[in-house]
Amino acid sequence: MKKKVLTVDDSRTIRNMLLVTLNNAGFETIQAEDGVEGLEVLEDCNPDVIVTDINMPRLDGFGFIEGVRRNERYRAVPILVLTTESDAEKKNRARQAGATGWIVKPFDPVKLIDAIERVTA
Amino acid sequence: MDMNEIKEIFFQECEEQLAELESGLLKLNDGDRDPETVNAVFRAVHSIKGGAGAFGLDDLVSFAHVFETTLDCVRSNKLEPNQDVLKVMLKSADVLADLVTASRDGGGVDEGRSRGLVKELEALARGEMPSGGASAEPAKPAAAKPAAAKAAPAPAVAPTDDSGFQPIPFTFDGFGGEEEAVMAPTTFEVQFKPRRELYAKGNEAALLLRDLSRVGEMSINCDTSALPAFDKLDPEEAYFSWTIAVKTNKNEQDIRSVFEFAEWDCDLDVKVAQTVAEDLPMVPVPFDLSALDDDAGADDGNDGAEDQTVANAVSAAETASNVTKLAAAAARVEKKESQSAAAAAAAANAANAANSAGQTIRVDLDRVDRLINLVGELVINQAMLSQSVIENDTTGTSAINMGLEELQQLTREIQDSVMAIRAQPVKPVFQRMSRIVREVADMVGKSIRLVTEGENTEVDKTVIDKLAEPLTHMIRNAVDHGIESPEKREASGKNPEGTVKLTAKHRSGRIVIELQDDGAGINRERVRQKAIDNDLIAADSNLTDEEIDNLIFMPGFSTADKISDISGRGVGMDVVKRSIQALGGRISISSRPGQGSTFTMSLPLTLAVLDGMVVTVAGQTLVVPLTAIVETLQPEASAIHSFGANQRLISIRNSFCPLVDVGRILNFRGTQANPVEGVALLVESEGGGQRALMVDAIQGQRQVVIKSLEANYTHVPGIAAATILGDGRVALILDVDAVVAASRGQSLRQDSGMKSDMSLQATG
Repeated sequence: MKKKVLTVDDSRTIRNMLLVTLNNAGFETIQAEDGVEGLEVLEDCNPDVIVTDINMPRLDGFGFIEGVRRNERYRAVPILVLTTESDAEKKNRARQAGATGWIVKPFDPVKLIDAIERVTA
Repeated sequence: MDMNEIKEIFFQECEEQLAELESGLLKLNDGDRDPETVNAVFRAVHSIKGGAGAFGLDDLVSFAHVFETTLDCVRSNKLEPNQDVLKVMLKSADVLADLVTASRDGGGVDEGRSRGLVKELEALARGEMPSGGASAEPAKPAAAKPAAAKAAPAPAVAPTDDSGFQPIPFTFDGFGGEEEAVMAPTTFEVQFKPRRELYAKGNEAALLLRDLSRVGEMSINCDTSALPAFDKLDPEEAYFSWTIAVKTNKNEQDIRSVFEFAEWDCDLDVKVAQTVAEDLPMVPVPFDLSALDDDAGADDGNDGAEDQTVANAVSAAETASNVTKLAAAAARVEKKESQSAAAAAAAANAANAANSAGQTIRVDLDRVDRLINLVGELVINQAMLSQSVIENDTTGTSAINMGLEELQQLTREIQDSVMAIRAQPVKPVFQRMSRIVREVADMVGKSIRLVTEGENTEVDKTVIDKLAEPLTHMIRNAVDHGIESPEKREASGKNPEGTVKLTAKHRSGRIVIELQDDGAGINRERVRQKAIDNDLIAADSNLTDEEIDNLIFMPGFSTADKISDISGRGVGMDVVKRSIQALGGRISISSRPGQGSTFTMSLPLTLAVLDGMVVTVAGQTLVVPLTAIVETLQPEASAIHSFGANQRLISIRNSFCPLVDVGRILNFRGTQANPVEGVALLVESEGGGQRALMVDAIQGQRQVVIKSLEANYTHVPGIAAATILGDGRVALILDVDAVVAASRGQSLRQDSGMKSDMSLQATG
């Protein structure tokens, strides 16, 4: 069965890149544009892994991760943070919010798939 | 979709983000301190940087990074976005836009400028105020410094990079690549004890062990001693720990990097094994860890097991990883009821949010254009159908007529809806103007604020596209000539900062754009003198103030004493007027000495259709734009007064109004028609005055589809365009302003000569 990935990113460019990369790698991809939409979509799509950006309108990545971790059904879903922030502070905040791992932009398909493989069975 | 298409999307997105950035900065400039505004500005730059990084646009990335760092200081309240700071930021936004353009279309940017701004931005991030700004308290630089330093993490790695920024290349397997070749296999002993947080964050011990097994030859021991009795077992606690021996020719870093995501949430010890721990029963790996790749793997583990310990190790790992799943499953059952209710509520919320946010789709412009053309044909076709029914059916069968009326209404609605698709707010054009104001003001050393109003006013995209050029020129003029120098302004008791106000609004089916400056106004003495010097008017001509003001629209007129770099590019206000007129628009000026000038442009909302009055003039069918017509009346002989040689006036409610014979002006006939036999159309001309246009008869009122004449002929003076009527015949659309102007004594022929000399296309 195809693994299902939920991506949350406000940038259309990055959303398209994620979609192409993930589809080519044989994943089923569901996309949301910000944290609020991400949490809404989550209820229906039951993803195997979530990839999220940090800086987003309405609800940022930290808030989104906390929201997922508070959700009884989905709190164990691995979450990868996709962000340009390479400094420890942001990474730490994401971890405290409950992120499983991270992928540092610039976006690289190999890194993305590699990271997803690492956190999914 | 391939990378090129995504890149195209990226550049589209950049445009949007740049607009967002600029409007956000301008809001901040106006004193808006809403954190969401700052966030939006930050996100805009951040998004551009993110996308640019993916496409390897390094110049863009490094500039965006510095910009972002400074914005982050504003976001975290380390930097107060005062006027001086925002000035630097607005300039930076301009450079960012240039860099985006350069990345898309090739070509270079002003490197000196961008480098200078990078320095200024970095100084701001360090808490240094720009010169002339408020001096920063000593505490501020100290607070701002770490942020700046942190966000520029690799200055030593990339010394060639001016900004000190370079994305850290991050690979999972590339560490220590050089040593790899020379290193002999080493055996590492890894102690790995997950804490419960590791599972809570979605990591799994089993997956980490699987990844570790890929590093080298591995044997493993699982310590299950901490596992309590079943009744005391907390399903989410981490009870197991592992001792792993890995024989590999990779180094310690490679092993640690396997645990990169987990290192905060486990006790991890990696060391070179002195002796293989003999007291522990180590199980050689590979055992089948790939069983983890499937959810049904629990059984496989037992099947492939030769040794009970192996099975223990595997199932222990799996148990550890599955507890959260079990817990989740348990929770699922309990919460099923409330979940579905919550889901329903969430769906309802989502629907509401979607409605309020306004859903949009992106459509290729060509498709919309095609649709608009087709609807245009439909309108013509519908009119033709109505006409032929009326002609062939004198009995006026009501069913057919009613059906036709409904069809007409539907066609009209379709047309309106289709036009609405192509309607766009004037905002992007207005935003471009704010940059022009900044740049020109900078160049001439003036301080000028652009205030915009009604930027959400919508107008057809074809109009918007053609609006930018005349508007740019007028803005340059207003900044260069309209507003005085700060010293002069101060001397005359004005705010040294000048204001240019750009307003858009809808008024009776047209869009009206006003450009108002609070400068010195038109210097009528000088304008008059210049016009005399340039032989535009006779030295003794007696002109009203309004007429003098309008002289600036004459070809070849410029009051600037020396041609400046800004507005003296050989394009005068006459060209602005021409291009506005070419859009079916009008422009007028009003000026008050010492208080400034206002240019008012009125444009049609669309270049595709117009409501017109179909009239007959000397056997020809013409269409007069309905928006120009104030009133129609049947003149009585007593109301007609002769004036001069062949001028006539009509008195309407005790005021006199010049009578213009359209047939005579257009040379349809040689002699003046008798006004009493025709109909007078009272029209408002651009100067504000009224004229009565004489036509022979009114046929009716109709919406017509505009067909450009200029595609097939050159510009025909007096005629704006053509259309196809219901009976299939071509009718010309009257250019009311040109006809009125011609009636003032300027002949249409002369008009056309000016046009070909000074047309906008010729001057670019």
